[in-house]
Amino acid sequence: MADVVVERGRIARATGARKGSSLRNVLGRKSTVAFLLTLPLILLIGLLVLYPAFFSLYLATLNKAMTKFVGLSNFTFLFKRETFWMVVKQSCIFAITAVIFKALIGFIVAHFVHNIPGKKQRKWRGMLLVPWVIPPAMSTLAWLWLFDPSYSAFNYTLSFFGVGPIPWLGETFWARFSIILVNVWYGAPFFLIMYLAALKSVPDQLYEAAAIDGANWWQKIWYVTLPMMRNIIAITTLFSLIVTFANFDIVRILTSGGPLDTTHLFATWAFQVGIQSSDIPLGACVSLFMVPILAVAAIFILRDVTKRGNEA
Amino acid sequence: MSRKKLTRRQFVATTAMSSAALITAPYVRGAYAAGKLSIGFWDHWVPGANKASTDLVNEWAAKEKVEVSIDYITSNNKKIELTSAAEAQAKSGHDILAMPSWWPQAYAELLEPMNDVMEPVLKQNGEANGTVKYLGQSGGKWLAVPATIGSQIKGPCSRIDLMKKYANIDVQEMYPAGARPKADNWTMETFLKAAEACQKGGFPFGIGLGETTDSVDTAGAIFQSFGAELVNAKGDVTVKTDAVRQALEFYKKLIAVLPPDAPSWDDASNNKWLVSGRGAMIMNPPSAWAVAKRDAPQVAEQCWTHGFPAGPKGRFAPYLPYFWGVWSFGKNKQAAKSLLTHLSSPAAIEKIVEASGGYDLPAYANMTTLKTWAEEGPPKGTLYHYPNPYNHQTLSIAASPAPPKIAQQIYAQATLTKMALRYARGETMEQALAWAEGECEGFMRS
Repeated sequence: MADVVVERGRIARATGARKGSSLRNVLGRKSTVAFLLTLPLILLIGLLVLYPAFFSLYLATLNKAMTKFVGLSNFTFLFKRETFWMVVKQSCIFAITAVIFKALIGFIVAHFVHNIPGKKQRKWRGMLLVPWVIPPAMSTLAWLWLFDPSYSAFNYTLSFFGVGPIPWLGETFWARFSIILVNVWYGAPFFLIMYLAALKSVPDQLYEAAAIDGANWWQKIWYVTLPMMRNIIAITTLFSLIVTFANFDIVRILTSGGPLDTTHLFATWAFQVGIQSSDIPLGACVSLFMVPILAVAAIFILRDVTKRGNEA
Repeated sequence: MSRKKLTRRQFVATTAMSSAALITAPYVRGAYAAGKLSIGFWDHWVPGANKASTDLVNEWAAKEKVEVSIDYITSNNKKIELTSAAEAQAKSGHDILAMPSWWPQAYAELLEPMNDVMEPVLKQNGEANGTVKYLGQSGGKWLAVPATIGSQIKGPCSRIDLMKKYANIDVQEMYPAGARPKADNWTMETFLKAAEACQKGGFPFGIGLGETTDSVDTAGAIFQSFGAELVNAKGDVTVKTDAVRQALEFYKKLIAVLPPDAPSWDDASNNKWLVSGRGAMIMNPPSAWAVAKRDAPQVAEQCWTHGFPAGPKGRFAPYLPYFWGVWSFGKNKQAAKSLLTHLSSPAAIEKIVEASGGYDLPAYANMTTLKTWAEEGPPKGTLYHYPNPYNHQTLSIAASPAPPKIAQQIYAQATLTKMALRYARGETMEQALAWAEGECEGFMRS
């Protein structure tokens, strides 16, 4: 009996030592350390992103009074609404047009800034980032004054040339133009800074080799710069597409969705339906509709990036 | 180190004494014996008006020994609606919360009935107006208490000089200070002619066609004066009626003489229109006039607030009340009710009206002739007819008498102004009606 006890003790000690060393091994692994270090962020994302996301999924399955489960009938109701399809179309027009212009302007200006020598470049970089660092709600208020129906500074200036007054926010075309313009103004610096970083990482030897081969500036851009920047362009476009699709403040402040709902985006219409009309489940449905659109865009863009990564 | 030993007898005695002290403690009347109360009031536009409500609350708190905290919540960008929605979801929040017009009905199931507060208040202040009953009652139960703070009529505020010069209308004669209105000829027809004349003279009426409340409220009163209802009191869609067609025809003529950018106006645009001296009339409570008094006194001296023009089915004034609601999950409902009774007393109402320069309107019949409205100026008497002292117009809210939960959506989605604008911008009458009918059918969800 005594032998057994001793044996047991030995066995137990041996197992304990093995356990201790394996725990040390686990803790010593880089992946574990990385996981532990990111754990606070994962928890934060879980709390502030995943929980609200699942909660809005739950809300979207309730009736207007939020008293009973109605499955997907809120979605089928939405699909029958003319305004909903108008919002889908407008969100696509807004996001795609704005992202294209932001990317184009960012690309061109990044080249200009890249060619400015050292110290001056820092000043330009700082100045060009200003639109992006001002909180958009504040800068959009300044734009509202510029577009103001009665006292537009733009119209005042145009009047000297015998043009206008232009109903910047009162006509569908001009209202859409105005919100896209403000979004481009606000978002182009993000593209600029990303593209500038990408440009700086393109090795000079490639340009030198291209120059020796007799390439002109366009050929250098087409065969050297663009292929080297493809991944950055793809990821920046994806990020910007997500943020632009979900835009709220610019439309809310400039037009509140008008005239005749022709500038509503998913987020502003979701707010109008969910909060202003006290139909929170339907508002949740509208905002959730962004998910499949953005998921499809993300899959295509990221698949392309991964493919190129593997090729490299 | 010596250690004193606790005997069993000492332990029992100490425990009994401590328990007795703990149990009796709440009944000892201390500085804040009646607990805590948190209040969410609407943040007033008028400078200094918040101080009056703070003083009234503090006066009550000192008497009742309640510890109070007040948050002034702005209505800019629907902050107050967001607060209500968040508190309703969280089932936690202020003990008393200011709620804009439609919100008591939207959260009817979550609000404490207020009949015990309203019965004595109505006895003291007189009958509440019909719109307040429509918005604040459900099944004979008061869902919230009508708040004087923030409640307003958005009637015409006219320029005396411009109306005389271009439309040949003396608004002061029509609505004399201190006397009954002589407004029999002040009809929709006269109003339209005046709008056309002032537009020709270069001073168009500043009426918005946007999606914010000022635009919707004006449309509501015009539609009601033609008897036009998109959804009737029973909840039936009644878009395709002659009355709605008449209202649309009227609106089309009116839109032709409004500023071309009116479809993009928000609730600040009409105020700016008046203060800048560019328009002969706007539909607004006296806040625009109050700003003019400060920034453009020469404009303010020419402003006169008066009644709405009458249509074939009567004279309706756009009225937008606020309420004070108490959540059923609130922690100190008795104290909340006591404070609301205090804030609804005639003395408190008079103080609130005075502090707001006449902007705030009580909902009660006996409270429409306070001295503030008679004395405010310049010009003296400019606000005399603002509170509808002779009941010559029916106070109404756009989209009523539809069941409130449907009406709220017609109101929030600005269906009336959108329909009018669609027709004015070239859609046929039948297309505009069909669009509105489709919208209203969508609002029937329960």
